[in-house]
Amino acid sequence: MKVKFWGVRGSIAVPGESTLKYGGNTTCIEVRTDDNDLIILDAGTGIFPLSHTLLANMPVEANIFISHTHWDHIQGLPFYIPIFVPGNTLKIHGAFDPISQQDIRRVISQQLEHCYFPVREPELSASLEYITLREFQSVKIGENTTVTNIFMNHPVLNFGYRIDCNGKSLFFTGDHEEWFNIYEPGEPGFEDYQVHMEARNKQMVDFIRNVDVLVMDTSYTIDEYPAKAGWGHGTYDSSIRTGREAGAKKLFFTHHEPTRTDALLEKVYNEALKRNPPQPGDPEFLLAREGLEYEW
Amino acid sequence: MTNNEYKKIVKAVDKMPAFPNSVHQILALTSDINCPPKKLLNVVHHDPVLTLEILKIVNSHYFGLSESVVSINQAAVFIGYNTIKNLALGVAAMGILPKGKHAGLNMTKFLHHALATASICRLFHRWSGGSEAEATSYFVAGLLHDVGKVVLAEHLPDVYEKAMTLSKSRNIALHLAEQMMLGMDHCDVGAMLAEKWSLPTDIVAAIGQHHEEQLTGVNSVRECVIAANTVAKKMALGDSGNPIIAPLPAEVESYFGRDIDALITALTPHKNELDDVRSFLQA
Ligand SMILES: [Zn+2]
Ligand SMILES: [Zn+2]
Repeated sequence: MKVKFWGVRGSIAVPGESTLKYGGNTTCIEVRTDDNDLIILDAGTGIFPLSHTLLANMPVEANIFISHTHWDHIQGLPFYIPIFVPGNTLKIHGAFDPISQQDIRRVISQQLEHCYFPVREPELSASLEYITLREFQSVKIGENTTVTNIFMNHPVLNFGYRIDCNGKSLFFTGDHEEWFNIYEPGEPGFEDYQVHMEARNKQMVDFIRNVDVLVMDTSYTIDEYPAKAGWGHGTYDSSIRTGREAGAKKLFFTHHEPTRTDALLEKVYNEALKRNPPQPGDPEFLLAREGLEYEW
Repeated sequence: MTNNEYKKIVKAVDKMPAFPNSVHQILALTSDINCPPKKLLNVVHHDPVLTLEILKIVNSHYFGLSESVVSINQAAVFIGYNTIKNLALGVAAMGILPKGKHAGLNMTKFLHHALATASICRLFHRWSGGSEAEATSYFVAGLLHDVGKVVLAEHLPDVYEKAMTLSKSRNIALHLAEQMMLGMDHCDVGAMLAEKWSLPTDIVAAIGQHHEEQLTGVNSVRECVIAANTVAKKMALGDSGNPIIAPLPAEVESYFGRDIDALITALTPHKNELDDVRSFLQA
């Protein structure tokens, strides 16, 4: 199995001198299974350069899994070049939106409305399939791979996806904030909320248990976090906690805060590691970087 | 209009339920972006009908949660506070708009139109420098501007269906067809209901006059409702059941200092958020 990062930025793409090393594209992760099946996690701007590498080997069948439909996770989709070429197949998976009562097809049909894009959805040449997922629904890819999901904690429904292939595994959180109690200790509701929170956290940790590769939304430092509580993103410290609890082998921090320069990114990463000294059995903690590949 | 029909309409308005207090609170809380989650959850928690409706949606097959969610706190943990907040708004809005079968009206699209108008109306209020304290009134006015249609469709289904058919086949505005069939239109009926609900007079007037071609005086709520209603139709957000999009009255254009196209252009960056209820609150 192989994972390659094509976009590691949160919220908005930030090309430029200060992000040359870690990259400025928004979230997109390429996963190749042992059978070379193609799975793409999220369709931020990083999907554009990824799609160029696919043109040499068409027809291409891509299984795209959308964590959630915030812009930074979908805005590259209309620029996934194989979509315009007959013979290619695109299977787009994602959650139903209970508020607008629309399935995952909305992600593309809305982006391709005439005022946003010159080509309409029915005019796309590739064969498109939409699979609206329920929680824990597992999807089989090729012979040996399954993708399952769990709802994470974000302002919109957000799936974390787990990929399993021949005993190898990867989990990607999409955007996720560690649960926190909305009541103060002593207030009615506090204990009730705490029980539900802990149960849910345990369910998530069990779901992730022992993955080889864990990719987590790590937008903020703990100093930045108080001003952004409730925005739906994690910190270095919350990601480290989850990685440890779940017994992951490698933990990639991603969804880097868009104003974070390369130098600052390494600084806050080093500070986080210093604050959380190594423990036996720790995952290897790594910064996700555009172009970074890992095979196992 | 026959005397009989007029009596029926008055009786229908009279029979409408009171404006629920929890709905009012939710509308107020959801228009404040800094509202602490526990405040809203508390309101929901104390309204068993609202709680049940929300839990019903959360436990529906769309979510496919592995265990059934039995409390509003648990629901907030499982699917996130923000989603609960938006569900609460949707359910609350649904709660104001009468339920049941409605001759000729597609209620899903109708609600979408009402919610879109509501949030555009509130946006216009904010753009014209209006205070946050009043924002909810603008939302409510937009939400309820067509409530008269629902009353008519519910209580005079046969006549109302004919009015809708007439409006479509002759391509005339729905309120004109209503006047031909009933001697009064959904603006009159909506205003009657708003009055019964003791809503502020400027909201009552906005509902009653939102199809007037010539406006007298200035009523900011009315101007915002008329502009929002027109924009929502032009942007095809939902369906009000009216095939005609009337031009913006001159008084409304001069109130905003922009014509309809300029208003739509200004809203275009908000198109996606207006498309669904979810982001109505994040604005
Ligand atoms: Zn994001
Ligand atoms: Zn997001």
